[in-house]
Amino acid sequence: MKLSVPDPTPTRGAPTGIRRLLALAVGSTATPLEQHRAHYAAPRQHGRHDALIALVEKSGLRGRGGAAFPTGTKMRAVASGRRPPIVVVNGTEGEPLSKKDATLLCLQPHLVLDGAALAAHALGATEIIVCVDREQPGAIASVAHAIAERQRSDPQTTVSVSVLSTPPRYVVGEETALVHWINGGEAKPTRTPPRPFERGVRGRPTLVDNVETLAHLAQIAAYGDSWFRSLGTASEPGTALLSLSGALAKPAVYEAPIGYRLATLIDLAEPLHGVGAVLVGGYFGSWLEPPAAAAVRLCNEELRPIGGGLGCGAVAVLPADACGVMESARILAWMAAQTAGQCGACVNGLAAISTTYAKLAHGQAKPSDIALLHRWAMQVDGRGACKFPDGAIRFLRSALRVFGDDLERHARGRACFGTRVPPMLPVPPIRGGWR
Amino acid sequence: MSHRIVVDPIACVGHRLCADLFPERITLDDWGYPIIDNTPIRRDLLGHARRAIDACPTLALRLEKVVARDART
Repeated sequence: MKLSVPDPTPTRGAPTGIRRLLALAVGSTATPLEQHRAHYAAPRQHGRHDALIALVEKSGLRGRGGAAFPTGTKMRAVASGRRPPIVVVNGTEGEPLSKKDATLLCLQPHLVLDGAALAAHALGATEIIVCVDREQPGAIASVAHAIAERQRSDPQTTVSVSVLSTPPRYVVGEETALVHWINGGEAKPTRTPPRPFERGVRGRPTLVDNVETLAHLAQIAAYGDSWFRSLGTASEPGTALLSLSGALAKPAVYEAPIGYRLATLIDLAEPLHGVGAVLVGGYFGSWLEPPAAAAVRLCNEELRPIGGGLGCGAVAVLPADACGVMESARILAWMAAQTAGQCGACVNGLAAISTTYAKLAHGQAKPSDIALLHRWAMQVDGRGACKFPDGAIRFLRSALRVFGDDLERHARGRACFGTRVPPMLPVPPIRGGWR
Repeated sequence: MSHRIVVDPIACVGHRLCADLFPERITLDDWGYPIIDNTPIRRDLLGHARRAIDACPTLALRLEKVVARDART
């Protein structure tokens, strides 16, 4: 007799595959409200005031903007304030390799807005502010259209929803920077405390949650915490949107359970040449050598011990013949230019690091200068008001680990055929101000 | 009860006075900005710490109470 584990009760209407957030996505247009409502009931008060917060806590949902902070804990902290809170939907997505927030806003805007509305109800908030990068007109138009659809279908709504378009700067997505900008200041991080959960937009307790996080929240409210936990790992449940780019035939945003094998995911996206190093977690993540990339699962439990992290879920694949040193040099220069210019260690440290790294890459510095990079990594790490410099240092350290021998060869002036290969990873020009 | 020094890295512009006045806990990085050793400060050093804090032209330093469990004095 064969023993079988009884099937968990299937949740009615819940997506059964590994595509959850993108289950309804067809083609490249947004799921209209009417069709969305056939699957998701209109957000309403979720039982008791904090029933949803308790549900989110139970679900184990973690923020998908990069920091993986427990969402329920954050909501609980916002709810403990005395004044009515404000909900900010963070769709700034300043990471050049990440496309998932814009994709979600373009394809499933109502799932994101449902999540925001549910969070607002649970917190007693009457105002939702959706922030999207100014340079993502498609996502902005999609959200604006979705908000108009919702107003037509429910003109009595007591929750106001507005869209703001943010300056194209990486650190605008840092929650204190975003709040400072919404309040009329420059999009630069501020001193903490206070954090936004204590004093945020107009001094109110403010919940700043990533676009994808809120979409998961909407599904947890609809299908329950055990459904949510049925994919993913125990400490990081659920699926994640993963932006795949680089030397792939099918670069795109994929959805997979957290803990999915990186190699399987790359196979799905069809590598064009032999797979070289893989950058996991975006520009503020870490390079992985091919053997590590072949073995690792996409979760912080496995990535953190090898110096990496899932971050915002961006994965870039270098072809085997590309030059990781040149790619890293370009990315470090971009990072140095993205500093908000406020903290001495970040401004000076990242400038020194990127300049010296570029000199080494071009054979214009002594191999012994590599020791300076290690020294500065120690000096800069943990010394900013925000975590921006720490992310840059994580990237630098992974580049030194994975391409250390190559960097030394570059410094000795040895020929590298990789330098003739066109740049693989995008380095957007720095433009626009801080407002 | 013991204390440690905390710097506001946004307010700090690198005047370097603090490292001169309180080298026991403050050194400078390669660009002249303070690196704080946040080991709790012994009672006999508190005067030096306070002098460094008061000398900062941008008021970027403050003394923070350390909760009992990681106090070592």
